[in-house]
Parts: sequence; structure tokens; C-alpha cells
Amino acid sequence: MHICIRNGRLIDPDSGMDRIGDLYLAEGRIVSIDSRPEHFHDDRKIDASGLVVCPGLVDLSARLREPGLEYMATLESELEAAVAGGVTSLACPPDTDPPLDEPGLVEMLKHRARNLDRARVYPVGALTQGLKGERLTEMVELHDAGCVAFSQADAPIANLHVLMRAMQYAATFGFKVWLRPQDMYLANHGVAHDGEVATRLGLPAIPVCAETIALTDILSLMKETGASAHLCRISSAEGVALVRTAKQQGLPLTCDVSIHHVHLVDMDIGFFDANCHLMPPLRGLADRDALRAGLMDGAIDAICSDHAPVDDDAKLLPFAQAETGATGLELLLPLTLKWAMENRLSLPEALARITSYPARILGIDAGQLVAGAPADLCIFDPDAYWVVSNAELKSQGKNTPFLGMELCGRTRFTLIGGHVVYGW
Amino acid sequence: MSIHPQLNKNGELQHLLTTEGLPVAILRHILDTAESFIGVTERDVKKIPLLRGKSVFNLFFEPSTRTRTTFEIAAKRLSADVINLNMAVSSQTKGETLLDTVDNLSAMHADMFVVRHNQSGAAHLIARHVGPEIHVINAGDGWHAHPTQALLDMFTIRRYKQDFHTLRVAIIGDILHSRVARSQIHALTTLGVPEIRVIAPKTLLPARVERLGVHVYHNMTQGLKDVDVLMILRLQHERMESAHLPSTEEYFKYYGLTPGKLLLARSDAIVMHPGPMNRGVEIDSEVADGSQSVILPQVGFGIAVRMAVMSILAGN
Repeated sequence: MHICIRNGRLIDPDSGMDRIGDLYLAEGRIVSIDSRPEHFHDDRKIDASGLVVCPGLVDLSARLREPGLEYMATLESELEAAVAGGVTSLACPPDTDPPLDEPGLVEMLKHRARNLDRARVYPVGALTQGLKGERLTEMVELHDAGCVAFSQADAPIANLHVLMRAMQYAATFGFKVWLRPQDMYLANHGVAHDGEVATRLGLPAIPVCAETIALTDILSLMKETGASAHLCRISSAEGVALVRTAKQQGLPLTCDVSIHHVHLVDMDIGFFDANCHLMPPLRGLADRDALRAGLMDGAIDAICSDHAPVDDDAKLLPFAQAETGATGLELLLPLTLKWAMENRLSLPEALARITSYPARILGIDAGQLVAGAPADLCIFDPDAYWVVSNAELKSQGKNTPFLGMELCGRTRFTLIGGHVVYGW
Repeated sequence: MSIHPQLNKNGELQHLLTTEGLPVAILRHILDTAESFIGVTERDVKKIPLLRGKSVFNLFFEPSTRTRTTFEIAAKRLSADVINLNMAVSSQTKGETLLDTVDNLSAMHADMFVVRHNQSGAAHLIARHVGPEIHVINAGDGWHAHPTQALLDMFTIRRYKQDFHTLRVAIIGDILHSRVARSQIHALTTLGVPEIRVIAPKTLLPARVERLGVHVYHNMTQGLKDVDVLMILRLQHERMESAHLPSTEEYFKYYGLTPGKLLLARSDAIVMHPGPMNRGVEIDSEVADGSQSVILPQVGFGIAVRMAVMSILAGN
């Protein structure tokens, strides 16, 4: 399939390229920018006038709910949502049922995903068996089956000795450990940030020190074991400060933030809006500002959707009992554009946080718009306004705090390996 | 549906979920209406027909004797049909969801739900869900709110102290886990009380509680000085197991209200407690039964205040 994308605003986040041009795709790759290669007969032309052509989005955290949680969502529905959101590669955390702790489960997931011919799925394997925080998984086997890193998802490791051994073992083989810093005892079944809102609403709270103390443990264990770590979904100003310092000291550390935390704060819970029941909890305004500052200065590398589709019934409960999470794959792009506009950031700089930077964290060949790169592309209309509604969302989960809000920026075409998988 | 959680589009009370954001005019109207019902509760024939033909469902997902009984009496005095449902041992244990239960009871033509639940926000959830013909009264949700308790406390204060604008009020005890304290603080603030104090050890205070408009004290000697109203909170025994406190004995020694500590307050100060009391834990018997205690009158006023809330809701 030879495709010519004409007259688009071509953006390569890494080089900062941002200009109108043509793109030539063949054999699943970008073969040329601007100059038509010799003997190139396009099977298809895409007119991208007025549209942005950028690398397909790379999402570091998207729950697909398979295996085992199909009542919430399926691979079909969520990979359709991914490409509708311009996401071409995604990492899925291991907190499925059963968790991704055996090679067979990972192979099955990869196989199912490949057959659907939608977004590329990169499973993150369980760090401990059953995510119980007790015994190590067969990390090498899991890696061979397709796992790109190892994590506990949201399950805690109470015993730091186990965490140290897990990091040592992962470091032996050069595997990266992904951890969400939260001390389970300090979090103590809390559901909201320990601030004025939780106090007013009478909600059990999670103090900021639940994040910073866990983070300090992880940083110490990194020094002890030599392991590389990626911190998932940081939430607090103090947390960002610790990450910044650790990076300055040269620790092999990367960090992401969920798009929800870039925009929302605990005040958005309003009168117990269960769609704002997220993990980590939405924190205060100063925290949100610090997360944004961290994105600007590189303390935080990437933005993820933290996609977590939840069925309606699981949200129609009192706040603390409602399932955590929000659907996000289709909102990652418009919400990142909104952040860029609010912070007066150039489009290449903003898109880097959802393309090239997360691709580097995953260690995959993606996130670049250069000759020779895979033809995984997102072609979007930066000026298209749309209202987030049940009908507009392809994801099986309709749970998002942004329901009813008008956002700007909509995917028109998504290409994976040179094939149009979304758009006409 | 109205944007406001408890007012209809005409600004009238549709549900009573919390005292937070309750307009002062509505709050005063409830207290004035309750005043007019005090006579009724003292008559031989204690019934008035304001809620005749209406069904009030007491939905108690958490055990309660006092609150449930006073709601039941209040509804019956207004001539309503009262259905008591002890949900703690009913459909919830059979796996039915909260909103399914509510839907089923709505289909039985309920006019009013009185809801007690151990989860903060449960009453809000139900109020958002039901049709416009149904009124929801929050009879206590988790740590969040207990508005009728706070209203009867305001009624009590007004009976004994008249002017809210000159008062110094202290709330003493487990503020962190108390829906009563939260509702009291909002109601006192709305009624114009210039100085509200909370007195508790740091383990029993929620984060940034001062943002609710209260002064924080950890010491009874300082906190009780020149106070007009003392509102004591119940201390749950679980607090010892969750490392909030070492023992009831030590708590009583430093935060229990004894006759000696009461001397620090103004000589005409009143002592209140929402019940049930733990004598010798948060309050000394001598104080509880003493001349400054208004704890028993509080209970009686609770019926009039709940009658007021129900009749106002039924009229809107």
C-alpha cells in the first residue's frame, strides 16, 4: 500500500519540525517527506489540508480489561477507542483478572490484539505473582512473551525486602520497573486528597506523604540495586520536587502524569462526582500547578491517559465505593492540546509528551515523523470542537469527569504500519 | 434537574442533604416552623394533617434508634404513613444495589425518603437519582453530614441563647469522623456565630479544618475559656484500634467534660450532646445531668425540627 498524505501540517516533536508538506508512505514506513520518491504510485491520497500530521500517540497506561474484566470493556472496544483517539501504541498495566503474571496470558493478549489490527499493545508484566507483593514473577519468560516492563499496577508491595529483590532481579536483565508511588498504610483506604474538599465532604483522605514516602523508598532502592525505574502517575508538588532532584543526581528515572491530573483538582469532585474518583486522588491547585511545571522543565517526561473504562453500575455508588478511574484514550489528544493552549506551549513541544517521550520510555520504535520511521500516524483537526458524550465515545466506559464538556481537537485519520485504521 | 443539590429551580428546599450552602432564610424558616410545632407535641391530640396520604420511607442502612424513632414520630404526628426499613439486614445483604433498592421503593409511590448510610455522599446519590416528586432527607451519611441533628442543635441554642451573633461556640471531640460536627459548623457559620472553636487532639481533626471557618484548639483550658455553648461529640470505641487514641481513660482526662473544666466557660454556658452519650468518656455524669445540660430537651426538639423539615419539603 502506497499512501501520499498531501498538504498537511507535519509535526515531528523531537526535531521541532512544524511546516506544511507532503508525506509518502510505503511498506509500513515513512519513505519520504516532501519529495516524491521515484516510481511512487500512490494507491491512496489523503488530503490533509488544515490538518496536523504527527506521530501516532503513545499511551503509557491504558487498561483494556482483558483478560477477565470484559464486563467493563473488551479489547475490541478499547482498541477501537485507541485509534479513534489517535493512539497507535499503548502500554497496558498487569491488573487484569488474572493478572499478567504468566507468559501464556501475555502471549494470548498479544495474539488477540494483533488479530484485531488496531493499536499496538505493549503489556507491562506483573512484578510479583498475582500482584500480591510476595513472590517474583518469571520476568525473563514474560519479557520473551512480550512484556516491555514490570509493574505492580495499583497493588502495593508492603514488604520492602520483596521490592528490593524484585528491583535487583529486574536490573540483572536490564528490565525497567514501573511503580506508582503510594504507601499502602498511609493511603489507608483513602479516596480523596487530604485537604479542604475531603474535610468538607467527610471522605477518607490520602495524605501527600503517602506518595513522597513511597517515592523516597523507591529512590533509595534504585541506588541500592542499580535498577531503572519509571514512576507512574505522580500527583503531588512534593513528589515532583523529589523526582526533579533525583534526576539531577543522575538516577535512571522517568516519570509520567495522568492527563486528568494535569487539568483537574480535588475541588472538581463537587458534590461527590464519582467520575472524579481517581487513583492517585486529584490533589490541590498548587499540586496541579507543580505537575504542569514539572512537565515544562522535564521532571515529568510524559502524559498518559490512565485509561480505565468502568461500567455504569460500578460508578453509580457512593463516592468511596465507586470503582476508581476514568476513560481516557479518546481524550488524551484534546486534553493535551488544551494544556498546551493554556500554557502557551508550541504544538511540537506538547505532542512530544504523548509521542516521542513515552516511546523512549517504552523503548519502542515510534513517536517520530522522519523518513524510515514506522508509518504510525495521527492526523487530526486542531480546530474541531466537539462535546464529550456517551455517543461520541467508542470506549465501552463512558465514565469521565469531562462528560458534557466541549473540547478542541479531533482525530480524522489514524494509520498504523501504513494502513488507515481509523477515518475514511 | 436543578444544578443545586438540594434546592429546586425556584430556590425552595427540594431535599435536605447538608447544612452547607443552605440559605439562611430557609434555615431560619425551618427553625421558626419547628417553633410552631412545639405546641403540637405538648397537646393531648398530637396529630396534624399536613402529610396525610403521604408515604415516608425510613431507609436506614446503618443502625440507629434515636434518629429513626424521632423521624418516625415526627412523620406520624404529621399524619404520614411511615414505613421503616432496616436495610442493614435486608436487600443490600442480598446483593441489590443502593439505587435498585431506591427504584423499587419509588415504584411503591414513596413521597419521602429518610436515609441513613455509612457512606459519605449516599444521600446526594439518591437525591440525584429519584424523580422530582420525591424528597430526600439525609439522616446521616458517613462522616459527611447530619443536617437535622445540626438544625435541632441550632433550635436548642436559639431557645437558650436567642442571638447567634454574640456567641462563642466550642465543638469538642472527634471532629474527623463526625458528620454532626461538620453540619453544626456550617449551620453556625450561616447563622452568623462569630467564633466557632473546635477542640480535639490532632489525630481527631481533619486536614485544613480551619478552612471551614473554625479556630483550632488542642487544649481544653484555652479552648473552653469564655465559651457560651459547648457541643460534645460522641467518641467511638474503634478510635483506639485505629491508633487515633491510646485509651478512653486518657481521652477523658484531657478532653472529657468535667465540672472543673466547665467552670472555664461562661457561667451561663449550655452543654449539648447529640447522643448516645458515653458517660465517663467524653462527658462526666455530673455535667451530663447538671443544671447547664440541655441534652434531654435537645431530643424533644428533634421531633419538632424533623416535623418542620418534612412539612416544608412536602409543601414545595
